[in-house]
Amino acid sequence: MTDTSITAPGLEEVEITGLSRSAFILRGALAASAVYGAGTVGPFVGEALAAGGGGDIGILNFALTLEYLESAFYKEAQKKVKLSSKTAALAKLIGKDEDQHVQALTKAITGAGGKPVKAPGVKFPFSDEKGFLKLAHTFEDTGVSAYNGAAPSIKSKAILSAAGSIVQIEGRHAAAVRLMAGLPPAPNAFDPKLSKDQVLKAVKPFLK
Amino acid sequence: MRNAVQDTSPLGDGALAEIDEDPASRKKFLRMMGTGGAGALSLLIAACGSSSSSSSNSKSTPPPKKSGGGGGGSKESGDLAIVNYALTLEYLEDAFYADVIKAGLFKGSALETIKKFGDSEHQHVVALEGVAKQLGKPAAKPKTKFPLKDMKSVLTLAATVENLGAAAYLGQAAMIKSPDILAAALSIHTVEARHAATLNTLLGKSPTPDGAFGKPATMDQVLPIAKKFIVA
Repeated sequence: MTDTSITAPGLEEVEITGLSRSAFILRGALAASAVYGAGTVGPFVGEALAAGGGGDIGILNFALTLEYLESAFYKEAQKKVKLSSKTAALAKLIGKDEDQHVQALTKAITGAGGKPVKAPGVKFPFSDEKGFLKLAHTFEDTGVSAYNGAAPSIKSKAILSAAGSIVQIEGRHAAAVRLMAGLPPAPNAFDPKLSKDQVLKAVKPFLK
Repeated sequence: MRNAVQDTSPLGDGALAEIDEDPASRKKFLRMMGTGGAGALSLLIAACGSSSSSSSNSKSTPPPKKSGGGGGGSKESGDLAIVNYALTLEYLEDAFYADVIKAGLFKGSALETIKKFGDSEHQHVVALEGVAKQLGKPAAKPKTKFPLKDMKSVLTLAATVENLGAAAYLGQAAMIKSPDILAAALSIHTVEARHAATLNTLLGKSPTPDGAFGKPATMDQVLPIAKKFIVA
């Protein structure tokens, strides 16, 4: 793919009456993706995009893919590396939340008459606590921006409320992970949003 | 602890019971309003009508069917009422952090965090004032007073306020009509959530006290608590 929009326009900053906030976290996430991910978009991406054919179900399936990714990440983290007890406890707590998000989204998609996407194949390049925390906050920050970017397009009020109740938790996770990593928990006054394409680019390196 | 409400739906039906801890609070609040608190909040309330304090299905509470725009019979309705509600809460938060910084209770990295949060709240105020001006008239800035005794109690109060703020934004999201205002509200909502999680963590509490799904709060649940910090 020769799309060069990886750095910029994607990072639409939140626009409110001319105020705009720097989106440096997401820039970081996308830069990481640029470094890791020379590969092509995995087959799942097409699946996620095609599933439900757009609309609310398409958005839910997109969210489900991200939640699958997060869920798998925290599972792997608890097995693969030796985490400090505090970090391990946080990974466990967050992992449980992500599992519940997966279940809830699956149910919502089925309930709306759609077909839930399958869990994507994943790979996570980390080998220690530091690497874990870095990926964790990337995923959580990206998750926040993904939901915030997609939510205004949701038509059903019930689904919008559900997405809101999930994104709040992604934001809480992001802050908790960042605190653990010694990073500012809430670096922006306005969380930036990402488009679907930008999110897919950001997570592409972790899919196989 | 006081969170006695079971999560019935996996998508969180958001009864927000923990804020509704005082079953009499709504009555009390209405009484207060009746006896003539004439601040921004009462205007807001009058404007919004009382959105039903549904404890069973708050997420599907329909938006108040007022005149849709801003003009009609009531002074405020729809998005303007929501924006002014959010603005009032942000005024509170902004004033709170300013008072905390002035009180000199914190030093070092804790102080830096508080300054950062306060700065963000101030930016929320500025942004929401701008939106409210576009739609009509911004809510008046309330006079506030906060109990600032020691670090622990201040952090606890901060956590209460931020968790409430996050719940308040979540409670309004589905009622906002303008996609732009919704996007703005969401971008603030998750920052309130980050603040709440940070303060919870600093207090040794769970960053996600309601579990995997954030719980929304209605205006009826939020305003009585906010009002405690407003001096007529």
